[in-house]
Amino acid sequence: MINLRIDDTPVQARPGQTILTAACEAGIRIPTLCHVEALTPVGACRLCLVEIRNWNGRLVPACATPAQEGLDVVAHSDKLTALRRTILELLFAERNHICAFCVSNGHCELQDLATELGMDHVTFPYRFPSLPVDASHPKFGLDHNRCVLCGRCVRACSEVEGACTWGFSGRGVETRVEADLGDPWGASRTCTACGKCVQACPVGALFEKGKATAEQVKRPEILAEVTERRPRA
Amino acid sequence: MTRVQVLLCSGTACQSSGSAKVKRALTEALAGHDLLSEVQIVETGCMGPCELGPVLLVYPEGTFYVRVKPEDAAEIVAEHFLKGRPVGRLLWTEGAPEPTEIPFFARQRKIVLANCGTIDPEKIEEYVAVRGYEALGKAVTEMAPAEVIAQVKRSGLRGRGGAGFPTGTKWELVAAAAGDPKYVVCNADEGDPGAFMDRAILEGDPHAILEGMAIAAYAVGASRGYVYIRAEYPLAVQRLETALAQARKLGVLGSGIFESGFSFDIELRIGAGAFVCGEETALIASIEGRRGEPRPRPPYPATSGLWGKPTLINNVETYANVRHILLHGPDAFAAVGTEKSKGTKVFALAGKIRNTGLVEVPMGITLRELLFDIGGGVPAGREFKAVQIGGPSGGCLPASLLDVPVDYDSLTQHGAIMGSGGVIVLDDAACMVNMARFFLEFTADESCGKCVPCRVGTQMMLRILDRIVAGEGTDDDLARLAEIGDMMKKASLCGLGQTAANPVLSTLRYFADEYHAHIRDRSCPAGVCPNLVRYVVLPDACRSCDACRRACPTGAAQGTPRAGPYRIVDELCIRCGACFDVCPFEAVRKEPREAQ
Repeated sequence: MINLRIDDTPVQARPGQTILTAACEAGIRIPTLCHVEALTPVGACRLCLVEIRNWNGRLVPACATPAQEGLDVVAHSDKLTALRRTILELLFAERNHICAFCVSNGHCELQDLATELGMDHVTFPYRFPSLPVDASHPKFGLDHNRCVLCGRCVRACSEVEGACTWGFSGRGVETRVEADLGDPWGASRTCTACGKCVQACPVGALFEKGKATAEQVKRPEILAEVTERRPRA
Repeated sequence: MTRVQVLLCSGTACQSSGSAKVKRALTEALAGHDLLSEVQIVETGCMGPCELGPVLLVYPEGTFYVRVKPEDAAEIVAEHFLKGRPVGRLLWTEGAPEPTEIPFFARQRKIVLANCGTIDPEKIEEYVAVRGYEALGKAVTEMAPAEVIAQVKRSGLRGRGGAGFPTGTKWELVAAAAGDPKYVVCNADEGDPGAFMDRAILEGDPHAILEGMAIAAYAVGASRGYVYIRAEYPLAVQRLETALAQARKLGVLGSGIFESGFSFDIELRIGAGAFVCGEETALIASIEGRRGEPRPRPPYPATSGLWGKPTLINNVETYANVRHILLHGPDAFAAVGTEKSKGTKVFALAGKIRNTGLVEVPMGITLRELLFDIGGGVPAGREFKAVQIGGPSGGCLPASLLDVPVDYDSLTQHGAIMGSGGVIVLDDAACMVNMARFFLEFTADESCGKCVPCRVGTQMMLRILDRIVAGEGTDDDLARLAEIGDMMKKASLCGLGQTAANPVLSTLRYFADEYHAHIRDRSCPAGVCPNLVRYVVLPDACRSCDACRRACPTGAAQGTPRAGPYRIVDELCIRCGACFDVCPFEAVRKEPREAQ
């Protein structure tokens, strides 16, 4: 076992576990958005940044950093909360997150994080980009206005379903989640319509057609359930 | 029998100013005098003073000709090669009695660039003649891998890509890492605006890179290497390909190098033009055929790099230094430079500087020596204002810091970075706010979009800067810029985002008054930002020719032909600059708006 400290609490981790998993098992909650169990951690959203005291106070993503012997981790501090709040604000300001009109209202990870971190208003100017909605798929829809570019759909599709339908196009703030090589989702020749991407999506960007807001509760945990049942090589 | 050797620079800069035509004209003129057997023309890599191209160096005398036109060829041949009288009007002397004493050359210390401009980069024989591949031979036949690493460590060489990580330590980590095969990668994805060091080395001395990589491969136990080079460097790609083919033919790459058990070969990978691919984990993703995006470290490429295998990634200039360490010994290498920054550094001088070009100087030289003694200072009529070091990741240093030594730690301490060696000089006509905005626009555009702080943070900073240069800034903006910049520094995933705010933070630190002028006075002191300048007619210079009135799209330029000076009505002016551009008498002046 690896011994480390998180928020001054001694925590044990198994080799290969990340700081996030170790914290989770010890009952210490660290906010995350781009991470979901069963998918490769990418450290993209930066919400799970924790401070490593004995690495000169360096900030590292808990989801992608292996637990190591003797680490002295700060997962919660005023500084970290302020940083996480700023990052959340940036996300809210980036695209058009209007909860009242969203199918995920009330069960949205972005909304929940704002509540958790006490982010009650956005101090940055909203960018209000003009973004399309792809409703070409018979069962599902993709609203770019609500996408946070966490890449959970991309990874669910390639790592769990194995279809590799989703990918990113463009770069920087112009980055978009895209089916195949920019085809409308409905025209995708690789999509199996399994819906794992929709379940993985933390916000209302990917949604099921024909369901009311209250019926749109996502189940990202199915990814882990599916992979756990797989025969191990 | 060759009596005269003409070294003709054929780097990208001299090629674009017409070196190929000069070569043709020289060859024709030589043929006309039946001198082809006596005068040999050698096309070399970059000699340095790119501003003065095409340049050629004539041996045995060492005569240095600059700005040579094809039509000068006949005169050079007839006067110089035939009669032995150098063509005075084409000489570059800077008042020095000998070309080697021209300050531009005399103050440099060429180790990495020693062969650039002296050998033909497309002939492996010329490289071998200057002890090329001797260091590799020595390593694989006489030294154990651990000895090679020990020598590199002892030399104190630090990574020339920007961060300055000790090279020997990196090699040691890769050598010690478990995993097979191991890879050696050369990062030639030089993308900073105004930087061309790596390009010049690759174009001028490609074998030095291949040899450095082969030595590194031997030291860390790799058998395969990649050069990741940007597609925007076609000449460098072509010369590398030529060099690779020649090296394989000669047996210094391939299997059983120098009849030892060591085998190593190199492949080229052409980048698609994303700045972020200079970041090592994004570079790895790109070589593997994935989207060029960085990933969190650890694990570092030394333990898990290309296809999850231990991978050594060094920059072009780092590899170019390696053979010198083995040839002349680590102590000779370490004798140059400062205590913590050993050896030399190649810089690309650009911007408002007389000797635009490529220079190599010992570490620890002051900025003043680099920019004024070697660079020749700012062109006449203007004042030095600031220097941007390290490209979009670096910082802007003011005139008061000209005596700071150029080494990794001193530059970092003052808010700039050594970076890969791009140096952009700004004169007093430059607006520092606008300059910071330019670099931020670059990084915002080049952000890969993976992590939130960089993707959105750069946009938010850019938006604030856009408002400031438009004259719509508020007092809160400066604190906000610093706050977002600090957040990006701490929270971004990779070096691009962590350093993207540096040009803004450093100008805020040294040129805060300019930001204040833009915000409080709605005035751009340098007269650059269109919304914050005004155009005025100088009555004494105006000949009332009516050109400005005809060019003005809004009727702001007013007057009657030959009836006294014209005037520009500020309320009607949209600051398009048409009057300024069209005035034949320089009677229209652009000046900062008065404080409002």
